[in-house]
Amino acid sequence: MSAPVTFTWAGFRRGLRLVAPALPSFIPFGLVVGLQAAGQGLSALEITLMSLTVFAGTSQLVGLGAWGWPVPVLAVAVAAMVVNLRMAPMTAALTPMFHGLHGWRLWASLFTVTDHSFAMSVKEMREGNRDAAVLLGMGIPTWLWWTSCVTLGHALAGVMTISASHPLVFAGLATMAALTVTLWRGRTDLLPWGVAGAVGVALSQAGLPTPWPILAGAIAGSAAGALRDMRRP
Amino acid sequence: MTEPGLFTLRLDVLLAILGMAAATYACRAGGYVVLRGRRPPRFVQAMLQHLPGCIFVAFILPGVVAQGPLHLAGAAAAVLCMALTRMLTLSIIVGVGTLWALVALLPA
Repeated sequence: MSAPVTFTWAGFRRGLRLVAPALPSFIPFGLVVGLQAAGQGLSALEITLMSLTVFAGTSQLVGLGAWGWPVPVLAVAVAAMVVNLRMAPMTAALTPMFHGLHGWRLWASLFTVTDHSFAMSVKEMREGNRDAAVLLGMGIPTWLWWTSCVTLGHALAGVMTISASHPLVFAGLATMAALTVTLWRGRTDLLPWGVAGAVGVALSQAGLPTPWPILAGAIAGSAAGALRDMRRP
Repeated sequence: MTEPGLFTLRLDVLLAILGMAAATYACRAGGYVVLRGRRPPRFVQAMLQHLPGCIFVAFILPGVVAQGPLHLAGAAAAVLCMALTRMLTLSIIVGVGTLWALVALLPA
């Protein structure tokens, strides 16, 4: 059905080159998460550990927002699950990239999938690249860089403040908006994307909490596209 | 709560972090694990082709709309720049710059 999956240094280096331009956009968001962690009373070691093991910015921010003493262990874990549920359909869509991978290569690649690396590797996949090391090439630097930015933010607490509504924090969303352009395949995407956006906005404006507008929008949009594709093959 | 030291590590904090980590990894690995080794029905395969773009649109658009017209303008500027130049760094700067300029110029 598709070319066999390989896993090479060349692929890893390609991932590095692809992700490099996106790295600066993590700085403001990382700083905000680090500052928030300091404000909630987490130690430098604790927030570093969180960034290394959770490695998902929005869920870290939401989890820290729900923080308290004693720590609401279950509540923050559930919050992370809810915010990150959107990643499940991502790795489902990346399945062809993981075919034939085993052991640490598979499970580590899955761990490092981010919104950014997802968009970039879908583009690679569509262009026929089946070198799965591209994912780790993007994922490992992002992982270390993200953790550094958050820890730096924690260290800067007391010296600086940056609110979550500062224009610089918009860099994260701006990056994703720009990456969306690389996923555009032409007029065929108009219907599924339109449905996804309309359903997502309608449900979020109706007051439905995360992640339901995202999941419902994504599923409705893809279903609309699939229905159309199957009707005229 | 007392002020923590640099290397303070409390058991309840560790448990919360590990809980968040496990939940997040379950989401990341879950989508792949459900599909691996099986050939999904044709309709699902067709959906998977459309899923990537749709996730991004359904993720970004509601968030940007909720933040208001200035953020919408910033996102539109980033998209437009990317469509014209395909330069990611420049597009991020244009997006943030547009929002920043609008926030600074328009009366609150």
